[in-house]
Amino acid sequence: MTAQIRKLAVWVEETHREMGREIAPPTRKAVAVAVIANPFAGRYEEDLSPLTQTGAELGGLLGEKCVAALGIAPEAAESYGKAAMVGENGELEHAAAILHPKLGAPLRKAVEKGAALVPSTKKMGGPGQDLDVPLGHKDAAYVRSHFDGVEVRMNDAPRANEILVAVAVTDSGRPLPRVGGLTAEDAEGTDGLR
Amino acid sequence: MPDLPPEIELRKLVTVTEEIRHEGGPPPAHPLHRAACLAVIANPFAGGYVEDIQPFMEPLRALGLLIADRLIAALGGADRVEGYGKGAIVGSAGEVEHGALWHVPGGYAMRDRLGGAKAIVPSTKKVGAPGTRLDVPITHINASYVRGHFDAIEVGLNDAPRATEMVLALSMTTGGRIHDRVGGLKASEIKGEDGLR
Repeated sequence: MTAQIRKLAVWVEETHREMGREIAPPTRKAVAVAVIANPFAGRYEEDLSPLTQTGAELGGLLGEKCVAALGIAPEAAESYGKAAMVGENGELEHAAAILHPKLGAPLRKAVEKGAALVPSTKKMGGPGQDLDVPLGHKDAAYVRSHFDGVEVRMNDAPRANEILVAVAVTDSGRPLPRVGGLTAEDAEGTDGLR
Repeated sequence: MPDLPPEIELRKLVTVTEEIRHEGGPPPAHPLHRAACLAVIANPFAGGYVEDIQPFMEPLRALGLLIADRLIAALGGADRVEGYGKGAIVGSAGEVEHGALWHVPGGYAMRDRLGGAKAIVPSTKKVGAPGTRLDVPITHINASYVRGHFDAIEVGLNDAPRATEMVLALSMTTGGRIHDRVGGLKASEIKGEDGLR
């Protein structure tokens, strides 16, 4: 592991009831977070490839933690997402270096398949700030029932020289989906879109 | 749906686990693990003053045991647990007294499942809105004065408690603060008889 990890956290939420209706089985979302040292805090660095390597490592580690926390087989994962928040001495581009070039492949391995783009968000921020991780169906981005998001927040991270990296995995869509569109059952899941 | 009495209308369960490797100092041999579990349930007393609220403590016992078991599983077994705490956030159509109903069923659920832990379970509670955060205090399970185990974990979630709900929380940890060095009674020195030292 090239990343210097200070802290790991995993959040699992189950929704058993929505608007008075029982949700059985409950919809479930997991988010795994790593708080890492930012090797480029406080200075401009042209070559961000070390952070890209960190992204590859964290995609696997955090994806596996989510799947384990849900207690599911990898292929039972239905949607995913990723996000990063860079502490104040860093640069937004640091989040991009972690998230985009190499994080996806090991995450897809952790959830088996994953033909669709991994939806993402990024921002600069500080301890206690909210980060909304977008969620989309892992094999067909247009599956409307699985457009969702999950909020993460840590009171003590990211500090100025840290980066908070989050990966989310679910075994379900929204609790009571009823706005139409492509359904998970109808999706082919070969082109990543439909 | 978990096996709960009909009086407990559960909307959500959230479990959060943390693995803390260091906080700027030398990483200890074993990371500190902390876990918290939150149940979002309907507040049966929301919207008006009810004098006799104590009967609701009985169905809450099953919820306390469910949460305690989840925390123990999240931390890898009861023998690894060294600290605990509890708390409640009552939605705005309720009163703080409703949160006090959690003291007995939440606290004794953990003490039972941890083999008769001796120390009082530290707690906090308040009225709040969705997104409100609660700093749940944590102390040693057998001796409240163990200074290295004085800790707290922040909990909360973006969509609860709604006005007519309550968030009920329990927390457990596997040890003291990661770079504990302010002295006082050590865990290795406790007698563990009176729950204090």
